[in-house]
Amino acid sequence: MSEKRELNLPLGPTPEKMQAAYAAADQMPGEFMHVQMGPQHPATHGVLRVEIETDGEMILKGTPHIGYLHRCFEKVAENITWPQIVPFTDRLDYCSSMNNNLGWSLACEKLFGIEVSERVQTIRVLAAELNRIANHCVALGSYSLDIGAWTPFLLLFQEREHILDLFEELCGGRLLLNYIWIGGLSHDIPDGWLKKVRDFTEYMKPKVPELNQLLSYNKIFTERLANVAVIPADVCLQYGVTGPNLRGAGVKWDLRKSEPYSGYETYDFDIPVGTGEMGQVGDAFDRYMVRVHEIEQSLRIIEQAAGRLEKMPGDDVQAAIPRTFAKVPAGEIYFRTEQPKGELGFYIVSNGKSKPQRVKCRAPSFSNLCVLSKVAPGLLIADMVALIGSIDIVLGDVDR
Amino acid sequence: MQKKVTNITFNPGFKENIYYPEVFRGLWITNRHFFVNMWRHTLNLFGIRTKVRPAVTYQYPEDPRPAHYRLRGRHRLTEKQNGAMRCTACMLCETICPCDCIHIVPGESPDPHIEKFPEEFTIDLLRCCYCGFCVEACPVDAIRMDVTRTEMAGYTRDIILTKELLLGKVKAHPWENWIAEGVEEKAG
Repeated sequence: MSEKRELNLPLGPTPEKMQAAYAAADQMPGEFMHVQMGPQHPATHGVLRVEIETDGEMILKGTPHIGYLHRCFEKVAENITWPQIVPFTDRLDYCSSMNNNLGWSLACEKLFGIEVSERVQTIRVLAAELNRIANHCVALGSYSLDIGAWTPFLLLFQEREHILDLFEELCGGRLLLNYIWIGGLSHDIPDGWLKKVRDFTEYMKPKVPELNQLLSYNKIFTERLANVAVIPADVCLQYGVTGPNLRGAGVKWDLRKSEPYSGYETYDFDIPVGTGEMGQVGDAFDRYMVRVHEIEQSLRIIEQAAGRLEKMPGDDVQAAIPRTFAKVPAGEIYFRTEQPKGELGFYIVSNGKSKPQRVKCRAPSFSNLCVLSKVAPGLLIADMVALIGSIDIVLGDVDR
Repeated sequence: MQKKVTNITFNPGFKENIYYPEVFRGLWITNRHFFVNMWRHTLNLFGIRTKVRPAVTYQYPEDPRPAHYRLRGRHRLTEKQNGAMRCTACMLCETICPCDCIHIVPGESPDPHIEKFPEEFTIDLLRCCYCGFCVEACPVDAIRMDVTRTEMAGYTRDIILTKELLLGKVKAHPWENWIAEGVEEKAG
């Protein structure tokens, strides 16, 4: 028998039921159990190990251990030239390569003072929003798989396959794209590609209500997710949680609206926020539902961008790429963009040479994962999977 | 050790039991997809409404998925019309490569009209990140990534493409004949 340990009540949200359970557990003699969840656990979305201290079914403490996928992006970036870093940004968050390329390219362009044409900006927005849909398809599909629904996973990956085919035709890559370069793009859009994008949006539009019918408003699913793993807005702001997780907590914050880049201010779209339609604001269902609504908003942006590209005269998409990066302006910059998972920021120090002196990558998944140790106490073991899936981490982004 | 056992009895009432309609609604959606697909396949079989494409399963190893010509697959080196290598060993691809996977040893060409040619041209496929910078950098269109075959796996860690393999002249490994097939597909 172990001695009775002091129970630290979680600072985060705890329903009254859980507090009563804590009080009951206080009275009961017994041992706490340590459970290692991962790194091979299929529901941890990669190689994440969560060390859980449990009392029966209840989690007293959850500590994420990371670093299994560390690839030294920041150190590698100091040893290669500026344009060579672009394929390495693909591998940060491999579900949304285009948005990583966009973040790096925009940061470097602002540092070097490069202006790209309006057409290049529009193609970038179109490609980035396509990748946002692909990323949310992975997020929602794998989340439904974690919860126990198999069919939506297959349906959503089928939708994602169409986007990957579009990317293959656009730039030759399906997952790791290397499309958006500093000062331009790797390829111009091929003939007839915009027609295929139009076909895709027409195809995708009825799929979202079908997903809602199949999964989102299914009673089994909503009962499973409502009031589970609530992350309130103040905790999100303390921990630097961004993206759909922050919007799920009811905070209307989207860098595409608040700090527009690449011409996002000219597009007409809304920011979906969590409203607590099935339970409390900021629960797992809200975070799920924000992603579903973001797919609809991204489709709106794609249609507008495709409409503009059809009217624009063609130009050279590589016109603004510098001939050489041997001499660049010295200085430092922090530039942030709205990646599908949250705020992706690059802090770059340049000393005027062909290689950056220091690169710091502020990865969204890392900050989003940090909130896990705050929210985990008071959850059931089964709800841990629901929590990890709902904050949508990619371990390539966490470890970098 | 004293154990406390609590027996919990659970009697599902009406509120818990109304998940049955949800199960059947999900089944209805998945079954609708199945029958719609089967109907389209049946119509296509008789040549009716062939514009509507039903879901297709590729019979993968025998019948690979059609790839787009921009797909970045494996590398190959191109030749001139007289059979000589296009590559002039200018080292641009080796310089641009972010992963240092290309290794070139330049040498004097036997042809007096050509200054240099690569005596060795090796690509370490396990280091390659398939970014496509080498194709973009090449000034004489000597290297391409249009083999449209992407299955690169092996049981050893020395998947290194030599010059002969890149030109498609040697077929020593099982994955070699892809190069020749790729060239044939390109020509046809």
